[in-house]
Amino acid sequence: MPELTDPKPLTEATVAGVAVPAAPADPQREKARSLAGDAWRDLRRKPMFYISGLLILFLIVIAIWPSAIASGNPLACDLAKSQMGPTGGHPFGFDTQGCDVYTRTVYGARDSVAVGILTTLGATVLGSLLGGLAGFFGGIWDSLISMVSNIFFGIPILLGGVVFLSVVKGGSVATVTLFMVLLGWPQIARIARGAVITAKQQDYVQAARALGAGNTRMLLRHILPNALAPIIVVSTIALGTYISLEATLSFLGVGLKPPAVSWGIDISQASNQIRNAPHMLLWPAGALSITVLAFIMLGDAVRDALDPKLR
Amino acid sequence: MTVISEGATAAPQAAQTAPLLEVRDLHVEFHTRDGVAKAVNGVNYSVQAGETLAVLGESGSGKSVTAQAIMGILDMPPGRIPQGQILFQGQDMLAMSGEQRRKIRGRKIAMIFQDALSSLNPVLSVGYQLGEMFRVHQGLSRKAAKAKAIELMDRVRIPAAAERVNDYPHQFSGGMRQRIMIAMALALEPDLIIADEPTTALDVTVQAQVMDLLAELQREYNMGLILITHDLGVVADVADKIAVMYAGRIVETAPVHQIYAAPAHPYTKGLLQSIPRLDRKGQELYAIKGLPPNLLHIPSGCAFNPRCPMAQDICRTEVPVLHTAGPGRGSACHFWKETLGE
Amino acid sequence: MSDSTLEPILSVRNLVKHFPLTQGILFKKQIGAVKAVDGISFDLYPGETLGIVGESGCGKSTVAKLLMNLEQATSGEVFYKGQDITRLSGRALKAVRRNIQMVFQDPYTSLNPRMTVGDIIGEPFDIHPEVAPKGDRRKRVQELLDVVGLNPEYLNRYPHQFSGGQRQRIGIARGLALNPEVIICDEPVSALDVSVQAQVVNLMEKLQDEFGLSYIFIAHDLSIVRHISDRVGVMYLGKMAEIGTDAEIYDHPTHPYTQALLSAVPVPDPEAREHRERIILTGDVPSPANPPSGCRFRTRCWKAQERCSQEVPLLAVPSVFAGQDTPAAHESACHFAAEKDVVHAA
Repeated sequence: MPELTDPKPLTEATVAGVAVPAAPADPQREKARSLAGDAWRDLRRKPMFYISGLLILFLIVIAIWPSAIASGNPLACDLAKSQMGPTGGHPFGFDTQGCDVYTRTVYGARDSVAVGILTTLGATVLGSLLGGLAGFFGGIWDSLISMVSNIFFGIPILLGGVVFLSVVKGGSVATVTLFMVLLGWPQIARIARGAVITAKQQDYVQAARALGAGNTRMLLRHILPNALAPIIVVSTIALGTYISLEATLSFLGVGLKPPAVSWGIDISQASNQIRNAPHMLLWPAGALSITVLAFIMLGDAVRDALDPKLR
Repeated sequence: MTVISEGATAAPQAAQTAPLLEVRDLHVEFHTRDGVAKAVNGVNYSVQAGETLAVLGESGSGKSVTAQAIMGILDMPPGRIPQGQILFQGQDMLAMSGEQRRKIRGRKIAMIFQDALSSLNPVLSVGYQLGEMFRVHQGLSRKAAKAKAIELMDRVRIPAAAERVNDYPHQFSGGMRQRIMIAMALALEPDLIIADEPTTALDVTVQAQVMDLLAELQREYNMGLILITHDLGVVADVADKIAVMYAGRIVETAPVHQIYAAPAHPYTKGLLQSIPRLDRKGQELYAIKGLPPNLLHIPSGCAFNPRCPMAQDICRTEVPVLHTAGPGRGSACHFWKETLGE
Repeated sequence: MSDSTLEPILSVRNLVKHFPLTQGILFKKQIGAVKAVDGISFDLYPGETLGIVGESGCGKSTVAKLLMNLEQATSGEVFYKGQDITRLSGRALKAVRRNIQMVFQDPYTSLNPRMTVGDIIGEPFDIHPEVAPKGDRRKRVQELLDVVGLNPEYLNRYPHQFSGGQRQRIGIARGLALNPEVIICDEPVSALDVSVQAQVVNLMEKLQDEFGLSYIFIAHDLSIVRHISDRVGVMYLGKMAEIGTDAEIYDHPTHPYTQALLSAVPVPDPEAREHRERIILTGDVPSPANPPSGCRFRTRCWKAQERCSQEVPLLAVPSVFAGQDTPAAHESACHFAAEKDVVHAA
């Protein structure tokens, strides 16, 4: 039998002086770390989280209190200034109606963000409720809910928007939100159904059942908390797309309608004049893009933080 | 089990030539969110042609990471090889270009993984995947490659190979899939095979079939085999020599017969005492106390010291070298004589 | 331990579980069934450990789920102290569950990652508040942690802060919380490292003595099953092939499958490898959706004859050994049962 390895002397240097005692240290000192706590710790290390977070915070502030940074009135217009470029006190210039583009862009945030957040809330609640039911109970519930959600999936958004919003009339934040919730919930429901089914199969749910836990306890204590992460991620990303969907609908004239102030409406009006007055398009469209991007970035960062596989 | 005796007689004569593969002072570390995990901390071992080296260790011992470093399939980053050499037929693979290494991988060194199902592409037939080796490396035609694939499947004793060559991986059982993996590893008649827990996912009756097949093919092709496992039973069945790893180091090396008869390291000794025996009902099992080490915080001195019944002050401060504990034997324990003598 | 004067605490009779195979999405049509468990019977006596071994797909984990009522049995009975628990639901089932608990295989998925250890071990008390008054619970949980060898201060930690072996101890503590009489262990150590397995096995033996528990210990590792079990049942394709005391099964097996299974286990002793006889089975386990007729093992059996394909062998003491005072006279479902020691080197 040959020599296995040459037993070269190993110097201490090879251990590079790691002298810390083994893992579980003093239980008193080490604070309990929940998964959410870990995720939060992870998020705070990501520049993307800060950038998107600050942007979103800023957006929400100006949505609530636009007069903080724009002193004018978005509906106070002077036709004489139609399509004028930037001047003193009006850095973004004027639109066709002679309204101040800066003021309108700032005020536009309110309805855009409101529609986005309300739609997300509505779609998430409805979607996770129905998706959760389908996933948890399965069988006929599952078939029924899946079928209904597939029907809603099949509706072309624009066609549906034209029909719905012309029937319902209005063009207010409420009606646009209602329509978008109706179209948006199946996406969340699918994710929720999958997440609930995955969580349901975990051994800890079986363990709870073996202990004699009822359905309510299993859903609230074991399944829901574990199914929540993917739903949160998808909702955050969807929020961005809802905002851009509202703009699209408004652009097509079936979403919000003047006198409402919205980026979509402004983009719509500006698109005819893109040659003469590109600044009219640039600002609302830029604000929209940055907003959508911010939410998608936040969703990405949250997903990375919540995914234990990336640890 | 004639393979063993043959391997054993062939080995001394091979010892005069250079080893097929030699790992020298290999270090591997991973940069994680919580710090640097030192997965491999100075590993030395060598394999001759026709010889089976079993690398034994628990999860986190660095046995698989070492193998991945040899194959060049380590994820870098987060992995990093700060020092060490991997000599294959006398050449340091760590100093080679990517192109040179690719030529060795698959052709000269092949690897068999634990999970055959995820190592095979689910949307391609096994015949196609086997044939691909020949088409890519030897430029064979599609038809010739398929014929070769059938021949290989015959070799690893898959029944009705000609009919099954167009089947997809999921249509085979676990044992058959592992045979296909072995066939794939053998395709280009490599000099060295690294088998990482090749039978862990299989049932015992199938495990026996696959291990026998592997041993037989190894003898036939006179290949070196590095068998990575945590199963002391499998090791006793097929290995010529053993390297026991703990916390990224080799703590004991020995010819297989000697290590079971008289281990020279307390960890090996504890492991051997802690497994129940099939052929007799024992008393309470000996249990090694404590937990496997956290690679982020490897204990100072001997990494095993917090769990070792023999630990003295010196074990907490001084890293034991691999002492020669007999012909072909090494033990990285300050008290190897006492351990052996007990 | 299996003193016949004792009443069994758990009696399983002709237990069957078929999982229907269906086709179609909206209008489901049954096209067959996976016969995961196909008529097995055994008894568990107070204070003993019954090991159940078999290869993957033999139905041993389904048996565990059926005993726990986590799956609904297709037919057959499970009597707990004379009461058939497969037909129970609601409050009656909940009451029985207090007495029969389970330890799961995978310590990484069997603990809810979003609950603290204190909440996990305390959950049984939330579900069965009559077991421990509210003020007492924290103390009880700490006692349980101490019993399974964990630091009682770990109460507020989360599962991912523990190693596999420690998590399995948490799972065991949860199983113990309600003072059950029977614990069903489904591969409780197979996911653990070798050096940690012994710790957990020893703990389980200690707890058995301390609390007078009965175990059903399901595993594929034959060595560990021998170590911990008083009696052992060998399953193959949904049926019990052979059952007896550990010495009867390991030292005097009479069923060819048991013999093949035992001979295939690698023994950690290189001296034995030249001397031991290996029975290498050909082929794979057939699909439980379409098992062979007659004896299920016949397609891989070297003793198989015409009779084996026509007649299902019953689990009984083989007629050749009937009435004899030999360890080979234990229940074995083979037409051609014959003793053969495969474990000990010749």
